Amino acid sequence: MKYICLGYYEPAKHASMTADERNAMFDECFVYDDYLRANGHFVGGEALQPEETALTVYWKKGKVATTDGPYAETKEQLGGILMLEARDMNHAIQLMSQHPSLKYGTLFEIHPTFDMSGMIQESEQRRGKVAAR
Amino acid sequence: MPLNAPEDLSRIIETLYRCESGRILATLVGLLGDLDLAEEAMHEAFATALDRWPHDGIPEKPRPWLISAARFKAIDGIRRRTRFDGVEKDLALHLEAQMNEARINEASQEEEIEDDRLRLIFTCCHPALPPEGQIALTLREVCGLPTEEIARAFLVTPATLAQRIVRAKAVIRDKAIPYQVPLSQELSARLGAVLQVVYLVFNAGYSAVATGAELSREAIRLGRLLVDLLPEPEVMGLLGLMLLQESRRVARSSAEGELILLEQQDRLLWNRDQIAEGISLTANALASRRFGTYTLQAAIAAVHAEATSTASTDWRQITLLYDGLLRIHPSPVVELNRAVAVAMCEGPEQGLRLIDGLLAREELANYHLAHSARADLCRRLGRLSEARASYERALALAGQEPERRFLAGRLQELI
Repeated sequence: MKYICLGYYEPAKHASMTADERNAMFDECFVYDDYLRANGHFVGGEALQPEETALTVYWKKGKVATTDGPYAETKEQLGGILMLEARDMNHAIQLMSQHPSLKYGTLFEIHPTFDMSGMIQESEQRRGKVAAR
Repeated sequence: MPLNAPEDLSRIIETLYRCESGRILATLVGLLGDLDLAEEAMHEAFATALDRWPHDGIPEKPRPWLISAARFKAIDGIRRRTRFDGVEKDLALHLEAQMNEARINEASQEEEIEDDRLRLIFTCCHPALPPEGQIALTLREVCGLPTEEIARAFLVTPATLAQRIVRAKAVIRDKAIPYQVPLSQELSARLGAVLQVVYLVFNAGYSAVATGAELSREAIRLGRLLVDLLPEPEVMGLLGLMLLQESRRVARSSAEGELILLEQQDRLLWNRDQIAEGISLTANALASRRFGTYTLQAAIAAVHAEATSTASTDWRQITLLYDGLLRIHPSPVVELNRAVAVAMCEGPEQGLRLIDGLLAREELANYHLAHSARADLCRRLGRLSEARASYERALALAGQEPERRFLAGRLQELI
């Protein structure tokens, strides 16, 4: 089962760290990523650039609209996502509770993924019918 | 040893996992003293087996191999955690020093492993944990069910259930609850909690039809394991009780999911094998003369199982068994059940007198079964307006849909 872990952090807190502290944090996190990778738990993941680089697309009065920044504004910002392979929700918690970034103030939302393969298959059948008409 | 085809091998490992993971986990928890660490180490050991056995062949004794592989993984794990939190340094050193091969070999002996499993069950059912935590932890750690499946059976979200498990584990860690079976003087008190968890799991599966069968099976499996590990009379009594109740599963509801009462059930549908096993366990427990409430409830279920119809049921013996139950464990619900048995052997007037006495005490005023039992007795006495009033009261209090449909049907018949 796959779980998507959203890591939130406070940019101000990170900015106040010294270069050595920041390096130590990154080293620990990358070591842990390697551990997850070596044991088949790391499906994928990326760090994100600061929030001001993000953009939100939505539908407004029949037209596409955009605004700068993320959809929801909070003090914390989404710093990265990690796609995890775990046996169940408790295993996902076990794995993420050992993540070194926690002690630097990051918090993780763990979301179980939804298996859409059935829906995709049904949709393909619907679309096939439309095309065959 | 000849090399097996990869698909054979993964099947063998899968079977091994199904049959042995409970024992291996219990042994590892015993060795490491930490549930999370033991779980992680065991899964890594199985992953290593998948990786290595295709080249090296299957070891002669797979279980000790897996335990030993998990031990090395655990030491790695502790080292890694040490790097992150700066704790448990001593534990890794301690483990390396203490866990020599002799210890592993010793730990892989059958007897010791069974002790480990018993210890794990007692830990998961420790009275310091909230009851829902005990259930969740037992199903996950002892039965190996994934969080999502347990959550589905108990109709809660996986996140809620996961939190229960996390909290329960935290209590074990914070209170340093030892992995052990209590000493004999406190055993019976602690065994009570274990039996209660198993029975709660069974009952969660008793009423629900679809997911329920699975949970009841799991509870019976746990019951068997406990009888093997700790053949105390009440343990046998509980397993007997579960088997006797489970034997009626198919007869208990119609194909449409409608409730069928005992007296209307097709007794040919009752599972004879489960009845025979249930009766023999119950008889053994009774013979010990050290039995308790589960054994007495099992004995009552056994009397029903032996009868070919409601009319030919030995209601007098059932009344006596309820008397015994009331002596050890007085409760208004037991009194109500006894009143129904009295009505069966001494007539509805006698039963009604007892039920009215009970209802006057108000403890059961909001218990729908008390009102439906009263309604039934009034119906049999021809006091139809009273019967209607009691069915209406029962209907207003009943929570589950099949029960509500059943009561509505009864009410309809009286109009």
